[in-house]
Amino acid sequence: MSARIVHIASNTFREAVRDRVLYNLIAFALLLSGAAIFIGQISIEIERLVVVNLGLTAVSLFGVVIAIFIGIGLVSKEIEKRTLYTVLSRPVRRWEFIVGKFFGLAGTLVVNTFFMAIGVFAALLYVAHKFSSSDAFILVALYFIVLEFLILCSLALLFSSFSSPLLSAVFTFALFIIGSFADDLRGFAAMTHGIARWFATAAAYLVPNFSALNVISAVAHQQSVGGQVVLQNSLYALFYSAMVLSGAVLIFERRNLK
Amino acid sequence: MTSRRSTTTVAAICLAVSMAASVLLLHRVDEIRPRANIEDALYISSPKMVKRASLGFEGLMACIYWTRTVQYFGDRHAHGSRSYNELAPLLEITTALDPKMIPAYQFGATFLAPAPPNGAGEPRRAIELMKYGIQHNPDNWHLYYDLGFVYYTELKDYKGAAEVFEQGSKVPDASPYLKLLAAQMAEHAADYETARMLWTATYESSKESNIRQNAIEHLRAIRVDEDVTRLQEAVNRFEQLNGRLPATIWELAAAEHLRGIPVDPDGNPYVLSLDGQVQIAKPEDFPFVTKGLPPDYKPSGLPKFHGNS
Repeated sequence: MSARIVHIASNTFREAVRDRVLYNLIAFALLLSGAAIFIGQISIEIERLVVVNLGLTAVSLFGVVIAIFIGIGLVSKEIEKRTLYTVLSRPVRRWEFIVGKFFGLAGTLVVNTFFMAIGVFAALLYVAHKFSSSDAFILVALYFIVLEFLILCSLALLFSSFSSPLLSAVFTFALFIIGSFADDLRGFAAMTHGIARWFATAAAYLVPNFSALNVISAVAHQQSVGGQVVLQNSLYALFYSAMVLSGAVLIFERRNLK
Repeated sequence: MTSRRSTTTVAAICLAVSMAASVLLLHRVDEIRPRANIEDALYISSPKMVKRASLGFEGLMACIYWTRTVQYFGDRHAHGSRSYNELAPLLEITTALDPKMIPAYQFGATFLAPAPPNGAGEPRRAIELMKYGIQHNPDNWHLYYDLGFVYYTELKDYKGAAEVFEQGSKVPDASPYLKLLAAQMAEHAADYETARMLWTATYESSKESNIRQNAIEHLRAIRVDEDVTRLQEAVNRFEQLNGRLPATIWELAAAEHLRGIPVDPDGNPYVLSLDGQVQIAKPEDFPFVTKGLPPDYKPSGLPKFHGNS
């Protein structure tokens, strides 16, 4: 990775921290500790299930919000503040700017997820009093959540490269929703015929499949996640992010910034 | 600086006063309006719709619905309600969202099956729930046990119970009780010994304090039922031999050469009524007994649980 990309990524990370993005960790800690302490008193026999489900869902949703709301402003804010011109007047290529921004945002989310993961395991230790070997599967779920963030970051950047922040937020969030229903979309495609089937199938494969990356329920029940699933999902997220990022670069390269 | 300080003070006082006033007013409003009904909050009754709306986070949604189910049942049970209309839909949504959530089946059947006020009086729906649970968790012997239990206790369907216990006994690592119960059901379903075995198995196989306590209460009730049956037979024997009823429980004890006055599990002597019926002194302490209750006795709301048997 070129030094210029690393610089842009680290600046993006610093900017996110300066914007007090990591403050969400406080809300997360309060949510989890509250759930861990109180849920045993208002429900029956699901303390561990709640901590894992709530913890991982919160990691995912907090990250999705951060990815969308920071990602959509990554390009447009630079244009608005006119700092983009300063950056591009130096020996920085447009694709390096996009890729640097992507890694900066992804880094922010990884750091955020790391601290949240510590919170999840601390809450789990509080309710279960000890760890079991199957708790390691929670790490797989967290890894899949990070993969989901990579795809979302790239999508937010793609929309940010050609539209306004508001529209970018709407598009990215809409794709997050559609991607959560990706399996249903495939089921729908299987039920149709003719040209509709082609369109539905194409749409089902084109939208990100977030349901394949969601193993929260399985790990909450201490079920294992196969090595092949981990490998295939990793490759899928990698290629999908690369595809979207390439699209963002293509658009941004041709965008008239005057 | 002084102006800023005074503004801060006034704003802080306003904040505190407004907060206190809003809390107090809300409390008053809650008092004067009809009691909020959780039933009204079940806006979506379709499990499929709730599953779609959860955006892939079905696990968390199932936990929320299970907590709502527990709160719904607990609230109505605490108020001695005889209507649990939303209980079965809440359980269906919970288990559709997370078919692996075992407590929802085990406790759900306990909530659904018994007759009011101890439950919703819907044993058929409890059986449907348990069958759905077994379909999704075929390797969990506890579910077979609980299903057989509903057949046995609520429907008195001993054949159905025997079949389910038999199926459950074939599950790897199943409790040996299941095999015994399957055999027992075939020959001695109505015996006290069978009931005792069932509740002992419940007590030993559960870690949940409420379930264990419930099992203790039923074991206490079985002992009372047995005592009353035995003492009533003694009364009949006495009458045949002497041509009259025993005047007191002491006379009966002496005639039967008992070591002392027969007492219930709490140590209270059994009572002999004027018409020769053996009764328990404090029926409210034995919510599940079927024998020895005074003819005019009506249970007053919630079962009273005890710390030990």
